[in-house]
Amino acid sequence: MNIAGELGIVYALLGAAVAVLFAGAGSALGVGIAGQAAAGVVTEDPSKFAKVLIIQLLPGTQGLYGLLVGFITLSKIGILGGGIADVSVSTGLLILAACLPIGIVGLISGIAQGKTAASAIGIVAKKPEQFGKAMLFPAMVETYAILALLISFLAVNGIQV
Amino acid sequence: MAVLKMQRISICALKKDRKAILEKLQSLGVLEVDHVIGEDEDFHRMDTTGQRAGFERAAASLDQALEILEKYVPESKSMFASLEGKKQIDPETERKVQEQRQELLKTARSIADLDRDYAEQLAAVNRLTNSIAALAPWLSLDVPLKSMRTKRTVMFPGTMPGGTTAESVYTLLGEKAPEAEGTEVYIVSTEPSTVYLAVICFQEDAAAVEDALRSAGFARPSQTWDEAPAEEKSRLEQQIADCRENADKIAGKIASFAVKRDELKIAADYYRVRADKYSVLGQLPQSARTFVISGYIPQCEASKVADYLSGKYDCMVDVEEPKEDEEPPVILKNNPFSANMEGVVESYGLPTRGEIDPTTIMSFFYVFFFGMMLSDAAYGAIVAIVCGVLVAKFPHMSPGMKKSLKLFFYCGLSTLVWGVLFGGYFGNIVDIVSQKFFGTTVTVPALWFIPLNDPMKLLVYSLLFGVIHLFVGLGIKGYLCLKDGKIMDFFCDVVLWFMLLIGLILMLLPSEIFASIAQTAIEFPAAVNTLAAVLAAAGAIGIVLMSGRGNKNPALRLALGAYDLYNITGWLSDVLSYSRLLALGLATGVIASVINQMGSMLPNNVIGVIFFIVIFIFGHALNLAINLLGAYVHTNRLQFVEFFGKFYEGGGRPFSPFKQNTKYAEIKEETLS
Repeated sequence: MNIAGELGIVYALLGAAVAVLFAGAGSALGVGIAGQAAAGVVTEDPSKFAKVLIIQLLPGTQGLYGLLVGFITLSKIGILGGGIADVSVSTGLLILAACLPIGIVGLISGIAQGKTAASAIGIVAKKPEQFGKAMLFPAMVETYAILALLISFLAVNGIQV
Repeated sequence: MAVLKMQRISICALKKDRKAILEKLQSLGVLEVDHVIGEDEDFHRMDTTGQRAGFERAAASLDQALEILEKYVPESKSMFASLEGKKQIDPETERKVQEQRQELLKTARSIADLDRDYAEQLAAVNRLTNSIAALAPWLSLDVPLKSMRTKRTVMFPGTMPGGTTAESVYTLLGEKAPEAEGTEVYIVSTEPSTVYLAVICFQEDAAAVEDALRSAGFARPSQTWDEAPAEEKSRLEQQIADCRENADKIAGKIASFAVKRDELKIAADYYRVRADKYSVLGQLPQSARTFVISGYIPQCEASKVADYLSGKYDCMVDVEEPKEDEEPPVILKNNPFSANMEGVVESYGLPTRGEIDPTTIMSFFYVFFFGMMLSDAAYGAIVAIVCGVLVAKFPHMSPGMKKSLKLFFYCGLSTLVWGVLFGGYFGNIVDIVSQKFFGTTVTVPALWFIPLNDPMKLLVYSLLFGVIHLFVGLGIKGYLCLKDGKIMDFFCDVVLWFMLLIGLILMLLPSEIFASIAQTAIEFPAAVNTLAAVLAAAGAIGIVLMSGRGNKNPALRLALGAYDLYNITGWLSDVLSYSRLLALGLATGVIASVINQMGSMLPNNVIGVIFFIVIFIFGHALNLAINLLGAYVHTNRLQFVEFFGKFYEGGGRPFSPFKQNTKYAEIKEETLS
């Protein structure tokens, strides 16, 4: 195996890392932003804990989507389950490119969804009966993470190793 | 699938029956009071704010007493207390409590008084503890801590800044008050910042000595005691013990009222109900002998109430249809399955006048999509079993809670079905366990296909379900147009769009793009292709010509039509939005597999099995929770944004009847059969 052949698997693994890293970071930031708002509401009214917790969790899904794509990539290149596949440089780069959508969109949408969730928590603080509507605003942001997940997933799935 | 029809009922009766009629109406709880006539020279409203405030105060003081009781003797509550709902009581108990209501109010007041006493005792303990702390530095002084004198000498205690010693005081006195010889200084105790000392000097020197000391920061203690500090301390300790004992006695007394808790609750509710009654009473137009009550009532109840009242009392009952400009309140009425989704519609907005209740149609799509997004047989079974058991076990839970749980019960069943179709049981747990512990891989075959192996197929199906959902929405819009007799709107806004969209879909199906997505090429006969082109063209031209039909200016009309045609992009994004059905389903399955994989990486021995079980339970609990949340939120979104966006606005007012609005207990409501 020459040095170029070895680089292929590195690019592929880099792809998995990009998906998990950026999407996870986006979710961490988003959940953190929403968590600050949630903590503020609970200091005033502890009985709203369950409701604000649910909204705080909404930006957490990007991290899961990143994990999903990362996992698919790892099993694709054989790092999971033994027997590392022989990945050429171009295939490795293809996998890296396939992982980019969920990584980047996950990061940005996680942060944006966190901000929306923080505002939605404000709705719950003032009008708890509007919980259903409050939950919907952050879900709007998530749509784009779902679209990115789909493309990343279909692309990784479609690349022949 | 309906909005209950509302009628306006107006009752004019004699004042002597006022109490009986009002109480009857309140216990029936079917009338929303809404008066249309104002005051004139014959009819006046009664000012009941005073009585109402009195009842509200009484309810508040009972509530407060209950809160205090809760503080001293917390009521034992199970984990599922919030599911139990209000306690059911029979009218007999209610009557008994009503008779004792004055006594119960007194009890409430004495509970509040006792609570105040308790707080006072605790405050006293605090004060005494502070005194003991202030006394601590003086403890080694064996004379009372105050200025004392003998025939010739005087003794006074005091403090000086830290670092002061007996020598430094003597030096100071030698400089500032040289005449005061024979002054004795005792350092009682020393702290880093303060030195406590007692000074004895001749009476005639006292002033000079104190002045000298003051110049170096001397101060008398802020408190004086008649006893020696040690004795004083034990006296204070005794007082603290007494206070604590008193506090305990008071707490015991309060606790002894705990048996009255249920009665207090019923009495609090009684006053709350009376306050409501008086607030309605204040709205009634009343003449010298008669009164009028008017409001909205569901049609199915109207005649029963009218018959009952006119049979029993001397009164005039008039039932009529609401006028055109009135906006009557809304109650939804659906079949037992769809009724559980009423909460979802309510959270978006109830139908306004002229709109239909979308609950029934939505309910089937709701359960269908929910199951598809969660799509794991084991998760579905868990959700359905948990919700089913809770509903069966707590029959008195609040109706809203019951509906939500039943909604999730049905969604769980749907998830179970989709899970079997897609072969998902805790992800791929069967494969993992059989391979790890039994050596052979056993796969439960999917009844339909495994999405992970053929995602494009599921994507196509997701979009297909989306198109069906959206077309049903557009169809309902068409139905509404026809119902209102707007044939032109029906043709231009619905039929033309159907033509355009169906034409476009038929043109797309044989194309290469679709073939590469669906991995099968579709060939239509030439006639169908022509038909598709004709439909699409006719639809598009029709929309450009007709959308701006409200406008007389032909140029503007065409511009508006072209702009409306641009909505085709909206349709595209609506359809693509249904790809979340695939994405969320995959997320559940793949993350479940990740959890299983993690568990299977452990060695195959006892410890490995234990950790496997721990990872299994925690991992799947987490995955279930987060995907349940995701499925719920995104199913709502598909209904609210994509489906309702086609035909439904909402904005109706919920029905809020004049009823026994209780907080703790529910008295069995009377019904007229």
